[in-house]
Amino acid sequence: MPELDPRPYLVAGAALLALGLWGVAALPHVVRKILAVNLMGTGVFLVLVATAARTPGEVPDPVPHAMVLTGIVVSVCATALALALAQRLQESGGGLELDGRGKEAAGPAPAPDPECGEPSCRGGREGAS
Amino acid sequence: MPAAAAIAVLVLGPLLAGAAALVAPRAGRWLGLGTAGASLWAAVALARHVLASGVIRHRVAGWGAPLGIELRADGLAAFMLLVVALVGTAVTVYAQHYFRPSACREKHHAPSAERWFWPLWLSAWTALNALFLGADVFNLYVTLELLGFAAAALVALAGGRAALAAALRYFLVGLAGSLLYLMGVALAYASTGTVDLSLLAQRFEAGPASLAALALMTVGLLAKGALLPLHFWLPPAHADAPTPVSAALSALVVKASFVILARLWLEAFAPVASPAAAQALGALGAAAVLWGGAQALRQARLKMVVAYSTVAQIGYLYLLFPLALQRPDNRGAWTGAMLFVAAHALAKTAMFFAAGNVLHGAGHDRLRDLDGLTHALPLSIAAFGLAGASLVGLPPSGGFVAKWLLLGAGLTQGQWWWVLLLAAGTLVGATYIMRVLTHAFTRFEEDPVPCPVSLLGEGTALGLALAAVLLGLGAGWPAELLQVGAPVAGPLLPGGIAP
Repeated sequence: MPELDPRPYLVAGAALLALGLWGVAALPHVVRKILAVNLMGTGVFLVLVATAARTPGEVPDPVPHAMVLTGIVVSVCATALALALAQRLQESGGGLELDGRGKEAAGPAPAPDPECGEPSCRGGREGAS
Repeated sequence: MPAAAAIAVLVLGPLLAGAAALVAPRAGRWLGLGTAGASLWAAVALARHVLASGVIRHRVAGWGAPLGIELRADGLAAFMLLVVALVGTAVTVYAQHYFRPSACREKHHAPSAERWFWPLWLSAWTALNALFLGADVFNLYVTLELLGFAAAALVALAGGRAALAAALRYFLVGLAGSLLYLMGVALAYASTGTVDLSLLAQRFEAGPASLAALALMTVGLLAKGALLPLHFWLPPAHADAPTPVSAALSALVVKASFVILARLWLEAFAPVASPAAAQALGALGAAAVLWGGAQALRQARLKMVVAYSTVAQIGYLYLLFPLALQRPDNRGAWTGAMLFVAAHALAKTAMFFAAGNVLHGAGHDRLRDLDGLTHALPLSIAAFGLAGASLVGLPPSGGFVAKWLLLGAGLTQGQWWWVLLLAAGTLVGATYIMRVLTHAFTRFEEDPVPCPVSLLGEGTALGLALAAVLLGLGAGWPAELLQVGAPVAGPLLPGGIAP
């Protein structure tokens, strides 16, 4: 059986990680950000699987495979939680865009608070509890 | 309690209690209190074992590395578990007050918030305990993810678009950070064949693979640990979360990444960590101290002041790297930075609790309308002031001892620029604390607080603030604990005798 050279997989994995990182940072839409995180994960898993094949002629190292399995489970759960949060965000009104710097938390307040009536005291919502 | 039993209680106790709280929501608060008691007891027992017999290694279910999970309790782990147990207990007690229905003010957060708080908070507690006991870099990845999941969901409990957006951004930044870290783990494993922290140190050779691994893991952890310029997600997440969650996140969760970084740089990657990179980390920390402090001065809301203060205070921790990697006599810097973690955890919890009490009492936390609060909430304002004194570093507080040790390390090593930073940062810190207190002490004719705050809510804040101050008087025992198995040498203070 011809030996596979792991290097192209390492390069592809690194490229996917970089592309995903750019997506999380630069794309404002939440679903695109979630997809971008999954892309990052795929890149890491590709590298892990490729490193398992580093001794030619022998069985692959099982440890990176076990890590990939754990990583996939984490990644599925993370996607589910992120999508659930995104759905709540959409239900709260105002769309699915996040800007990069946390501005909307300090920006226009949602519904006017009856006790407060101005955007600067959104915190009152919580204080009321 | 045997050491293995203490470890089992610390890792499995909160997990089982959290699962039980999911099944029996009404029992949540009792499960929380039970976990707090058991964790305190187990953390003290484990710390005594570590002091008496040194580093303890535990193979979970008898399976060792590489396929099994090994846990390791050294001095730093035992110390952090004590901090988690103390702050965790305070958060649990404060939550009893926080979620209690108030006759005076209508509840605005979702009625189901308490139902979900207990399972999530207890699983975050498990993740923290497991993280500090982690002995290999992959297990640390898993615990970091567990912690990130629980923390993001806890922020979202506040409800409302601002909190949801903050939670989602926090979660996504955390995920991206974890994956960068995992890529580093993959490279480290590929070049050494191990993920064990102490074996990594023996097998590492300087080279592109090990440098890339360290760089990826460091950037990932800096994003999760909110060091400037990757701090942008922190203020909205910490300020918009429910108050017990704000405290837990600021006091404990951001410290987890720092502790892992300290283990990586001083222990596992010590052969490849360069002094120039350590100076760069210190410079980022310095920028965080000054920029975070300046932002804290500009905020209009009390919880935002406290959250930006976290951005600033995190910066001091990163002085560990330039002060501990340059020269072998780094015991003072190590102890100072870790005591700073504890002092900040206690003080910041007290400050968030005080801010939460102000929110509850006044219905808002706009600084300019907080005049006369000392009459209405004397205990909370006292707690804020005392915690502020520790944060600034007035003697005899824990913050003072920590800064004193860092200062001593800077002077003995001739790195005077960090001494200047400590002075400047202290000045900025004192200014934003005084700005809050000035508002609170201003005389005002009307009663500014329409709603009473329970003694439990005010007392927890004051208790934590007192603990932050008293830590300075009782710092000897923790300092001794921190030496067990630590990668340090030399005397604690300049001119002192090496123990």
